[in-house]
Amino acid sequence: MEKRWIPVLAIPGFLVALLAACQPAEPSVLRLATTTSTADSGLLDAILPAFEEGYNAEVDVVAVGTGQAIEIGQNGDADVILVHARSREDAFVADGYGLARHDVMYNDFILVGPPDDPAGIGATGSAADALAAIAQAQASFASRGDDSGTHTKELSIWQAAGIEPDPEQAWYLSLGQGMGETLQFASESGAYTLADRGTYLSQRDNLPGLAILFGGDSIAENPDRALYNPYGVIPVNPDLHDGIQSELAQQFVEWLTSLETQEAIGEYGVDRFGQPLFYPDSEPYHQAHP
Amino acid sequence: MVSQVEGSALWEIIALTIRVTGTALAASAVLGIPTGAFLAFTRFPGRRLLVALVYTGMGLPPVVVGLVVYLLLSRSGPLGELGWLFTPTAMTLAQTIIALPLVIGLTMTSLEAVDPQLRLQLRSMGADRRQEVTALLSEARAGVVAAVVAGFGGIISEVGAAMLVGGNIAGRTRVLSTAIVLETRMGEFQFALVLGALLLSLAFLVNILLLRLQHRIPYWPGR
Repeated sequence: MEKRWIPVLAIPGFLVALLAACQPAEPSVLRLATTTSTADSGLLDAILPAFEEGYNAEVDVVAVGTGQAIEIGQNGDADVILVHARSREDAFVADGYGLARHDVMYNDFILVGPPDDPAGIGATGSAADALAAIAQAQASFASRGDDSGTHTKELSIWQAAGIEPDPEQAWYLSLGQGMGETLQFASESGAYTLADRGTYLSQRDNLPGLAILFGGDSIAENPDRALYNPYGVIPVNPDLHDGIQSELAQQFVEWLTSLETQEAIGEYGVDRFGQPLFYPDSEPYHQAHP
Repeated sequence: MVSQVEGSALWEIIALTIRVTGTALAASAVLGIPTGAFLAFTRFPGRRLLVALVYTGMGLPPVVVGLVVYLLLSRSGPLGELGWLFTPTAMTLAQTIIALPLVIGLTMTSLEAVDPQLRLQLRSMGADRRQEVTALLSEARAGVVAAVVAGFGGIISEVGAAMLVGGNIAGRTRVLSTAIVLETRMGEFQFALVLGALLLSLAFLVNILLLRLQHRIPYWPGR
């Protein structure tokens, strides 16, 4: 046998191996690109089985940062996205990548940091003032730095404070990591950070070096409306790419915003944390609870 | 925080890890050993450049491979119609690309290290090309198995590409390495460590199997 044929003969073997790795395509799989906060908090695990049963569907959850989730939606690699960065959601729809944005739920952001609060942010009246106090004291601040919804929010608060944080400054630490990693970093190194309350509550036991310093013990006690954190769901525009499960995505949006699902969202976490991690916010919910 | 990985889900994760990495390893061995042999035994213009490219490929950052595979398989990419993104197939493809240069490069060097006298002897004994290559592969089998071991090591614990092109979807594309990242992200350090120990045990078992293979392959196959 001519030796040069050996690699050529190997190609069919490779293709067979690749085919063997293929999963048989299952009908009605909905791909949901969402943020780590909805997945890691356990919310989706708690509510999605009802949808999967009711609509004979399977939901594949890809949990990434909001920036990446939006990117996945723009490329047509998800059928629906559930994210939290209002201005970017509106742009996603305005640019034709998404059909329409629907309110789903909200929670809030808090500022956490070393319990002795060296920058004294506990005494300030707004999130912008709190960040300004951190900058003034040059106390360590850990930024997500990963283009996530939380990072987007953080930047908007710095802007409101009239401060442009610069990673060149030793106190501003841009980590480029997820919420969990950033909280752990802050706990270990005595830094302040902005966190969504849900992720902080769910990991609080592993974060001995942190306390809530601004934002109160529940969303009702949060003094600054700027820390409000709304989540929106957007079905991806099926005209841009082939293969998008448009009908199922629409059903998912209707189901997610329905009164029954909304009540399940509002109950999630109450038994474990004494307060919900997410508050229902859809139109049908508000109609039923004016 | 309740761990995201429990009971039967753990077995699914282990099974998928074995399936994806096993398939990728088989594919890279089937493709890489003959290619490595071809590069070792043939002289042609541009060969040195090709060898340099293979050696460079041995250092490919997995996340870059993942990114390229991601862009290829995305619905807005050239192979989007296959619908492979966020499936085990995409992970297998990425891992094959990561392991392939390792298998090719190490196979090639181990064959080149075989005593050149042996080739002359084989020819003088009237061996044809196929018999010659088979005999040389057998002579260098320790190095060839080491090439496969290196390929395996490069992908079993790999997380950048698996996360990117697989999406770490529970019950579908979650493997041990991506589950470890997830648990770490959620602050479940202890469980992440348990998963890490499982991953290491799995790697240990596979390496034991491969090493046995190293000794089992008969010295002169076909004789």
